[in-house]
Amino acid sequence: MMATSKKVLEQEPQEPSEIEMLLPWHAAGTLNARDALRVDEALARDPELAKQYAVIQEEYAETIHLNESLGAPSTRAMQKLFAAIDSEPARRTSGSPGMSISARIASFFASLSPRTLAWSASLGALALLLQAGVIGAVLMKGQPASFQTASLSTNEPITRGLGPEAPPRALVRFAPDARVADITALLDNYHASIVDGAKGGLFRLQFGNKAMSKDQIAGLMSKLQNEKIVRLAVATP
Amino acid sequence: MQVLYGRHHVRVFRFGLRVVRDEQIAEDLISEVFLDVWRQAGKFEGRSAVSTWLLAITRFKALSALRRRKDVELDDEAVNAIEDSSDDPEVAVQKKDTGDALRKCLTALSPEHREIVDLVYYHEKSVEEVAEIVGIPENTVKTRLFYARKKLAELLKAAGVERGWP
Repeated sequence: MMATSKKVLEQEPQEPSEIEMLLPWHAAGTLNARDALRVDEALARDPELAKQYAVIQEEYAETIHLNESLGAPSTRAMQKLFAAIDSEPARRTSGSPGMSISARIASFFASLSPRTLAWSASLGALALLLQAGVIGAVLMKGQPASFQTASLSTNEPITRGLGPEAPPRALVRFAPDARVADITALLDNYHASIVDGAKGGLFRLQFGNKAMSKDQIAGLMSKLQNEKIVRLAVATP
Repeated sequence: MQVLYGRHHVRVFRFGLRVVRDEQIAEDLISEVFLDVWRQAGKFEGRSAVSTWLLAITRFKALSALRRRKDVELDDEAVNAIEDSSDDPEVAVQKKDTGDALRKCLTALSPEHREIVDLVYYHEKSVEEVAEIVGIPENTVKTRLFYARKKLAELLKAAGVERGWP
C-alpha cells in the first residue's frame, strides 16, 4: 500500500487512490463501517497516507472554526418567514383564512407524510386484529362439535352448535422454518382454522364446517402430511 | 415549523453565507428556504436527511441569488478578487498563525471548492449526500474535494505555509 501510495503521490499526482480520496470523510466520521475499516488499515500501513491524514484533520478543524465564526442570523429572518407564511393563500393550508400560526404548524406537520400516517394506522389496526386472533386461538381449548370465536372475554366461550356431526380436526406440527405467510396460505387452501395451540408445538386445526367420512379424513391427513411445511398431521376427534 | 427552523436555520444561514458572501442576502435566503419547505412539505419523501434536503434548497437559492447580482461572477478570479477587510494569508503567516492562514485560504477557494469543503467538513455530509445536494456523481464528489484540497495546499504554499502535502 505504501508503495502504491507513493506511486500515486510522486509519479501520478493527478490520479489519487480511492483510499486517499476517502480520507476527508474519515476525518469527519461519515464513512460507512466497511470503508472506515479500509481507511484505518491503509493508514496503519502507509506513513505517507498518515501524514496526509494529519493535514486533513487540520483542514477539518479550521473549516469548522471558520464556519462557527460566521455567527448566526438575526431574528429578522424568522419574522420575515412567519410573516410570509401568514400571508400565504388560504388554499395552501387546510384550515380557514383565520387559522392561527400554531394551527398551521400542526397542519404542516400533519401534511409531512399523510400516506405514511394513513398506512401506519391501517397496518396497526390490522396487526391488532391478527394479534387478537392468534392469542384467542392459542388460549381457547377444544370445544367438540362447536365453533369458537377468537375472543375469550368470559370463562364460557361464545359458541354455536354446528349440528350432530362435527367437521374434522387434526393435530398439526409445522416445520420450524415455516413462515407465517406459508401457514396462512395453507390454512386458506384447506379452509382450516386454528382452534387450539400451540402445546408442544402442536396446533389443533379444524377443516371446513362439514363432517367428512373416515376415508375423506384419511385422504385429507395424507395430503396434509405431504405439505412441505407440515411435519406431523394426526386426525383427532 | 418553529422546531425545524430552530434546529437548522443557523447552518442554513452559514452555508448560504459562504456561497453569497453577503449577510443580508444570506438572511433573506433563510426565509426563502423555509418558506419553500412550508410550501413543499408534502413532497419530502424522507429518502434523505432533512438537513440534506434543506442544504440542497439553500444551494439552489443561493446560486440563483448570485446570478441575480450582476456584479458577481462565479469564476475563480472574480471570487478571489473579492476584497476581504481582514489580513491576507501572507500577513497571517507573518503573524505566525497558520490556522488563521488556513482559514483565509479556505475563504479564497472557488465557490465550487468552498461548498464541497464545507459540506464534508462542517456539515458532515457523506459522499452520497454531497452528490445529492450538489447534483453531481459520487465519484466527482470525491475527485472535486481532492482537487479542492490541492488548491488549498497551493494557496498555502503561495502564502509561505508548507504542510508536507502534496
